[in-house]
Amino acid sequence: MVRFENVGLRYGLGPEVLRDLTFRVEPHSFQFLTGPSGAGKTSLLRLLFLSIKPTRGLITQFGHDVATLGKDALATLRRRIGIVFQDFRLLDHMTTYENVALPFRVMGRHEDSYRDEVIELLNWVGLGERMWALPPVLSGGEKQRAAIARAVIARPQLLLADEPTGNVDPSLAQRLLRLFIELNKSGTSVIIATHDIALMDQYDARRLVLHDGRLHVYD
Amino acid sequence: MMDMPKSDLTAPTRMTGGLRPRNETPMIPKNSISGRALVAVVAIMTFLASLTTGAVMLVRASASEWQSDVAREVTIQVRPAPGRDLDAATATAAGIARAFPGIAEVRPYSKEESARLLEPWLGTGLTLDELPVPRLIVAKLAPDAAPDLAQLRKIVGEQVPGASLDDHRGWIDRMGTMAATAVAAGIGILVLMFAATMLSVAFATRGAMAANRPVIEVLHFVGAKDGYIAGLFQRHFLLLGLKGGVLGGGAALLLFAFAGLFSGWFVGNASVSQATALFGSFSIGTTGYISVGSQIVLIAVVTAWTSRQTVNRTLETID
Repeated sequence: MVRFENVGLRYGLGPEVLRDLTFRVEPHSFQFLTGPSGAGKTSLLRLLFLSIKPTRGLITQFGHDVATLGKDALATLRRRIGIVFQDFRLLDHMTTYENVALPFRVMGRHEDSYRDEVIELLNWVGLGERMWALPPVLSGGEKQRAAIARAVIARPQLLLADEPTGNVDPSLAQRLLRLFIELNKSGTSVIIATHDIALMDQYDARRLVLHDGRLHVYD
Repeated sequence: MMDMPKSDLTAPTRMTGGLRPRNETPMIPKNSISGRALVAVVAIMTFLASLTTGAVMLVRASASEWQSDVAREVTIQVRPAPGRDLDAATATAAGIARAFPGIAEVRPYSKEESARLLEPWLGTGLTLDELPVPRLIVAKLAPDAAPDLAQLRKIVGEQVPGASLDDHRGWIDRMGTMAATAVAAGIGILVLMFAATMLSVAFATRGAMAANRPVIEVLHFVGAKDGYIAGLFQRHFLLLGLKGGVLGGGAALLLFAFAGLFSGWFVGNASVSQATALFGSFSIGTTGYISVGSQIVLIAVVTAWTSRQTVNRTLETID
């Protein structure tokens, strides 16, 4: 599904923040991406999400060499990836329902074809009664669940989550982890970037550890 | 692997008020775009552009009318000289003109008529016998005829001593130059106004994009293509452009309609008569109204296009 070979990344003329990354993400797999602050987790997620291109090396996603793809093709590929940000990135002027339905709206699908699906997912993540609420009035946990719902509504093949439990209490963190595990069971490959060791200890999964720009894989 | 109790995350499926949710909110928040200011700018620009277009059309139509009137006439002037029978020379010249193919009507001015022509300069009660005043013959060209005026000039010059033919070419050329200059100046002003409108729209779009950068980023994350995002802004700015264009162009159309009515009400008034002589009837006619209407559409399209180009350029820098 995802293949990195000798990937390096530097910003401008600065030092390499990621060096010689070589790994694969298999379909239906679950992995934690961890490492100390500043190790390059977010940069690696951005590479995985096709939001930046590497300065060297080869990245193939879903069978495509991303270096050869144009902007529109990258956007199409991005629809197969869901991403959850630590700061949620919900659109404050749109209701929870509209935020979650956004990927379908962008695809140009008719609302009748996905409305029930969005409502069902909102109910599933416990936001059934908050679908008319605007993000500013949602709690941190509700925002996090809305962001996750938006990331998974279009059934992505790969789900990336950047510190998804960084802003929530341990109990909610556990519930969110269960949600990710359920999504993985339903066929989505999951990569959770976190430095929450307690969270990782709750689930036996592959660990990708970034240290000083290099990646160590613990299967 | 841990079991996930669904009840943890599942809420009752009841929906508020039994209503079904809908996508009602525009993706780009309306209040994030300085819409009113831009509508005002576009309205003012369209108003000025429409006035310019109307004024150019009035001048051009009047000049064309004058030119066609003057171009259908030639004047033969018979100059007096000692021992010359001016009446006989005038009659000969008129006879030559009448016989010339393509001349429809020939009218020699009598002494009295010539005196009246000089009244504004020399006053009334003038006795022309005391002055060497040339005599004029006005010859009107037949409709759709193109007489050989050079030949006529030659014959008149040869057969009537002291006679010359003036086809007003110099005056017509000056009129043509003046009308062309007015049109060129008008087009120059229109180009500047469109440029100013495009710059205003570009600044407004950049401002809107800066204010909506988080929205644009999220749209990218959920797989929106650049064309889709540009389309959102383009639609918004097309509406703003149309609104401004209709306001400005509509005001200009009202002004032209009012000016037409106004000049109709005050027929006979000296200043209105002067203005009418210069600009014609003050009516821009159907073509004028269509031009201003097209300008409204054009300015809306230019607004939308400029916005799309600006969005595309800005998106290049975001990725």
